[in-house]
Amino acid sequence: MNVAARIERYTGAAASARRVRAVLRRHGYLILKSWTRIASMMYYPTVTMVVWGFLTLYLAPTNNFLKDAPGFFIGAVLLWDLLFRGQLGVSLTFIEEFYARNLGNLFVSPLTLPEYIAGQLAMSMLRALIGVGGACLFAFLLFRYSIFSVGFPLIAFFANLLAFGWAIGLAMSGMILRLGLGAEELAWAAIFVIAPVSGVYYPISVLPSWLQAIAWGIPSAHVFEGMRSVLLQGVFRWDHFWAAAVLNVFYLALGAAVFAWSMRYARDRGTLLQMGE
Amino acid sequence: MTALDSAIVVTDLSKSYGAVEAVKSVSFAVRRGTTTALLGGNGAGKTTTLSMLLGLLTPTAGRATVLGEEMPAQRHRVLPRINFTSPYVDMPKRLTVGENLSVFADLYGLRRPRERIDEVAEDCDLAGLLKRPYGSLSAGQRTRVSLAKAVLNEPDVLLLDEPTASLDPDVGDRMRTYLERYQHRTGCTMLLASHHMGEVERMCDDVIMLRAGIVVDQGSPRDLIARYGRENMEEVFLDIARGRIEERVPGSAAEEGAA
Repeated sequence: MNVAARIERYTGAAASARRVRAVLRRHGYLILKSWTRIASMMYYPTVTMVVWGFLTLYLAPTNNFLKDAPGFFIGAVLLWDLLFRGQLGVSLTFIEEFYARNLGNLFVSPLTLPEYIAGQLAMSMLRALIGVGGACLFAFLLFRYSIFSVGFPLIAFFANLLAFGWAIGLAMSGMILRLGLGAEELAWAAIFVIAPVSGVYYPISVLPSWLQAIAWGIPSAHVFEGMRSVLLQGVFRWDHFWAAAVLNVFYLALGAAVFAWSMRYARDRGTLLQMGE
Repeated sequence: MTALDSAIVVTDLSKSYGAVEAVKSVSFAVRRGTTTALLGGNGAGKTTTLSMLLGLLTPTAGRATVLGEEMPAQRHRVLPRINFTSPYVDMPKRLTVGENLSVFADLYGLRRPRERIDEVAEDCDLAGLLKRPYGSLSAGQRTRVSLAKAVLNEPDVLLLDEPTASLDPDVGDRMRTYLERYQHRTGCTMLLASHHMGEVERMCDDVIMLRAGIVVDQGSPRDLIARYGRENMEEVFLDIARGRIEERVPGSAAEEGAA
C-alpha cells in the first residue's frame, strides 16, 4: 500500500472515531469483565443515597419542607454523585494508564490528545451511568423515589453536572501528570472543595455574601439552585441553566488547557515514558 | 548520504534536565532499510535519544527528523508509520493479550485487525497466549507481546530499546530471526539500543557509540572491530565504556569531545 493511502487511514473523522473507540475498548474490557469494579462504582452512591433516604423517612412526618418535596435529599445526593462520578471517571481513566505504564504506548501511537480526552469523557459518562444508575434503581426499590419523575430538567442538570465533573477531572489528570501518582488523592478529594459552595442540600442564600459571590461562579451552584426550584416550586429556571452552561464552557476549556499544559511539561521532562506506579 | 537516503536524521540534538545534560549535540543518520545500533553504557543517552525520536521528549536544542518529518512538531504525520518497544512501558495487565493487541489494532487503524493479530501472534509464538491475561505472562512472554505490538502496524521505522533483554537464548534467537525477516520483507529501518553485542554484530549494519551523551564513534561492526584491533563488539564496547578509546584510536571523537 502506498504511503498516501496509508496516511489517509490515519486522518479524518472516521480514523479519529476509531481511536476514541480504542480508548473506550481498553477501559471497557477492564470494567465489564470485573463485577467487583462495577459493584464498587455503585457502592458509594447507593450507600449515601440510602442514608439520606432513611433520614428523609425519619424527618418527613414532622417537616413541612420534606412533606412538600419528599425526594429532595435523595435527588440532591444522586445529582451530587453524578458530578463526583463524572470527575472521577475522567481522572481514574487516566490513573489506570499510569498504573499500567501504558502512556508511552498510547502517545507513540497515532492517538492525539483531543482523541484521548474524548475517550476519557466517554468513559466518564459510562462510569457515571453505571454508578448513579445503580443508586437510582435502589432509590426506587427502597423509597419508591424515581429521579426520572423530574422530567426534562433532569437532562439539563445531568448535562451541566457531567460537564463540570469532566472539567475538574481533566484538571486533576493534568495535576497528576505534573506531580506524579503521589497526587492521586487529588482525584478523590478535589471535588469536595466545591461542595460547600454548590448548595447541594441548602440554598446559596444561607452562605455569607462573600461566599455567595464565589458560589455563583461555580456551575454546580446554579444546577442545585435550579433543582430546588423545580422540586419546590415546579419551575425550571432557564437563567440558572444558561449560567451553568456558559460557566461550563469556560471550565472545560480551562480543564483541557491544564491537561494540555501538563502534557507539554511531561514531554519536556520525559515523564511519559518513565512514570508509573 | 542524502537526507532522502536516510529514514532518521539527527542534527546537533541535545537534551538537558536542568543542569544535567543527558544528550549533548548528537548528530547521526540512519539509512533507510538498514539496522543501526545505538550503544553505550547505562546513562549514555540511548533511551533519551530514542524518546526524542518517538516524539515523547522535546529536545532542548537541535533537530530530529523521522521519515522526513520533524519530531516532535510533526509527530502525528509520522507516528502511524513507526512503532517501538521499550522496557519502560508496559500494557494493561488485566486485559488479555488478544484484547491488548486489538486495542492497538484500533489505534493504528488496521483494516483487518483479527487477521493481523493472528499473523503476528503466530510470528511471535503467542498464538496459545491470546486469551491469557497479560499480567499472568512471564517476562519473556511479555517481551514477545511487546514485539508483536511493535510490528502490528507494519511500521516503516522500528525503534527497539533492548528488545530481547529478557528472552532466553532460544526465543531471543527466534525473535532476531523474525526481525531480520520482517526487515527483508518490508524494507523497514531499525534503530536498536542493546547491551547484547552478539545481537549487534548479527543484526546491525551500523553502530553509533554513545558515552555520557555524546557520540564517541560510529561505523559498521566490522570496521569498529578492525579499528580497535579487537575480536568482537563486546571488547570494543568495553574499550569505549571504560574510556580506553583514546589509547586505542588516537584522534577519536571522544578525544575531540574531551578536548
